[in-house]
Amino acid sequence: MPDAAASDAVPSKTQNRFIAALRDAAFVGLITAGLSFPLIALRAEADMNNHLELQQRWSWLVSATIAMAASRFIASIFDRLVARIVGVTGVWLILFAGGTAYYATDTHPGVIAGCVLAGLIAIGLAAALNRSSVDAGRTETRPAEPSRFYRLDTSGGSLAGNLISIAALGCAIAFPLVVLAWLGPQGSLKWINNYGVQILIYVMLGWGLNIVVGLAGLLDLGYVAFYAVGCYAYALLATKFGLSFWLCLPLAGVLAAFWGILLGFPVLRLRGDYLAIVTLAFGEIINIVLTNWVDLTNGDAGIPSIPRITFFGLPFTAADDGFAARFGIEFSPIHRNIFLFYLILALALLTNFVTLRLRRLPIGRAWEALREDEIACRSLGINTTSTKLTAFALGAMFGGFAGAFFAVRQGFVNPNSFTFSESASILAMVVLGGMGSQIGVALAAAVMIGGTELLRELDFLKVLFGAAFDPSQYRMLIFGFGMVAMMIWKPRGLVSTRSPSIFLKQRKAIAGALVKEGHG
Amino acid sequence: MTAQSISSEAMLDLRGVESCYGNIVALKKVDLTVNRGEIVTLIGANGAGKSTLMMTIFGTPRARKGQIIYEGRDIAGLPAHEVARLGIAQSPEGRRIFARMSVYENLLMGAALGDPSSTAGDLERVFAIFPRLKERLTQRGGTLSGGEQQMLAIARALMTRPRLLLLDEPSLGLAPLVVKQIFDVIRDLNRRDGLTVFLVEQNAYHALRLAHRGYVIVNGRITMSGTGAELLARPEIRAAYLEGGH
Repeated sequence: MPDAAASDAVPSKTQNRFIAALRDAAFVGLITAGLSFPLIALRAEADMNNHLELQQRWSWLVSATIAMAASRFIASIFDRLVARIVGVTGVWLILFAGGTAYYATDTHPGVIAGCVLAGLIAIGLAAALNRSSVDAGRTETRPAEPSRFYRLDTSGGSLAGNLISIAALGCAIAFPLVVLAWLGPQGSLKWINNYGVQILIYVMLGWGLNIVVGLAGLLDLGYVAFYAVGCYAYALLATKFGLSFWLCLPLAGVLAAFWGILLGFPVLRLRGDYLAIVTLAFGEIINIVLTNWVDLTNGDAGIPSIPRITFFGLPFTAADDGFAARFGIEFSPIHRNIFLFYLILALALLTNFVTLRLRRLPIGRAWEALREDEIACRSLGINTTSTKLTAFALGAMFGGFAGAFFAVRQGFVNPNSFTFSESASILAMVVLGGMGSQIGVALAAAVMIGGTELLRELDFLKVLFGAAFDPSQYRMLIFGFGMVAMMIWKPRGLVSTRSPSIFLKQRKAIAGALVKEGHG
Repeated sequence: MTAQSISSEAMLDLRGVESCYGNIVALKKVDLTVNRGEIVTLIGANGAGKSTLMMTIFGTPRARKGQIIYEGRDIAGLPAHEVARLGIAQSPEGRRIFARMSVYENLLMGAALGDPSSTAGDLERVFAIFPRLKERLTQRGGTLSGGEQQMLAIARALMTRPRLLLLDEPSLGLAPLVVKQIFDVIRDLNRRDGLTVFLVEQNAYHALRLAHRGYVIVNGRITMSGTGAELLARPEIRAAYLEGGH
């Protein structure tokens, strides 16, 4: 028995450790911020008339906080002293690069890139150093392999699955650079913006909705409402109060989550069709309010000239203080798009990471259990109310993030972007992808958004059907055919297997054919 | 029956409990007591209100009148998840296992409330009772046989470390041999671990033989009660529930 308990403690320790390190870092960051507020952020200096003048140096405070929190995080996640020192050095190298890029005017981009690279290598090295030490420690201190049944192994996946994910991620990261190198700044704009960014927005929305529909099993037909809340949150906060995107992004998420909870409360008792109708109505309400509350939202005319994205303060303009000038490269509008691409990629990956992480924690399992059987959940002491609300809030929050991103990318929003057909497309991605499957949803988003965009490219068909032929007119028809084909051959989605969130030595996927019809 | 662990102290005490579905009264002034360490069974025909009584203890439907005293506290108004937190576990009617989750995940759902550090020990304990589940650990809950699903439902309930276990028709749809297995497990849990069990059953013969005491429910009303042996000997019970059976 003590043997079993010991083996149980090991993996959950690594998991707890990550959370503990995050908490630690946040705490240290908070202390730093608190201390630096009087010490660094505010500075009194005598001006020409010998009057004291208060200078504000908020960026110093932010820099100090980030530096301390990041260092603390690295220090607490590694065990070995060497790993800690190397890791923290890496963090400081990256921070140095970032700081120079931000403050200095005449730095060579090569130096900055070199620093970032060296920093990343140092952190990787630290991780390797740490791992080898942990492995060594394991073989030394553990005399016998304890009963394997109690190893709550939630970390690894199947090798093939991991390889696919890593390959997909690698492709996504390399995509804009490859396209840029291949087609040049002019030719690559369309591919990065219309394909890359557009697909990733929907991947993120699909993943967000997947939490609500795929995991918790709550059919939400009004998801676009949260997207709209996030979008208008940024648009209004930025145009009316001049808040920056980086401040608005979390605010948009919080506001969307708030609306998620607000929607969640009245629909707690509903399931299935009833829930679907209420969420559908909610989506319409948000749309109608946005259209008719002209004083606030400017109605159908929308909100124009929303501040564009900046590279952490550096605008993507041809001006002297712009991104290109700072980094000593030739100005091109493509820089903004590449940055937007990586931004939405990071946001989508955050969504994915949080979802995968939560799925392995009790709350994530509770979502799935809730989808399976609500009465059983209650009889096991699971608070179904809070479980549903967290699913709604979390899904809504990611929708809000995506909305803020949409606003900063478009520079203009109006309610027409948030119609029911958007909700339906996102839901279609989740269903077609295979409910609950992250990779399946991403695949479905790529096929649906990329596919319809690709139709515009089929100019050669004009040779066959005459010059008036426009393939993109047929996209709904083709989409319909695709849906029918899916219903016949893949009724449970592209990826219809569910891998257990917890397993023994090896994952065993659950075949879609065994899954109850109509239940994903 | 060993009487060593049974006390006369009431663990669960229903006093004049009434509950309804809309306008239909499903339970009428039910008085029922389960003492610590006992196995108490409730038998009755289809639609007599057995499962309603079980669900009423768990708060859905809520008792419209009367008190449900558990360990000295009236739990009649509590929502289901809070009842579960008081140390009452339920294996609901129809087993209700999480069909698409693995056996392991199902068991962990039962442990969701407790201290994670005791999970390994609890699993060990449950596997000692149901070795079959250990073999089926990675299998999807829905692909288990009926008997295994029932074992899983009981095991999952045991993972919550209950002091009182409510079982709703564990013999439903199972082969006689499997029913015997399940009932043996219930007896063992009671004798060895001192677990108090409240068992709702249609299989009157087995249930009354297993239980220390029994109640008979007809149309939402308790009509008879007594020790298991007493009730088994009664001619009206034999006529109503045991004819043609064993």
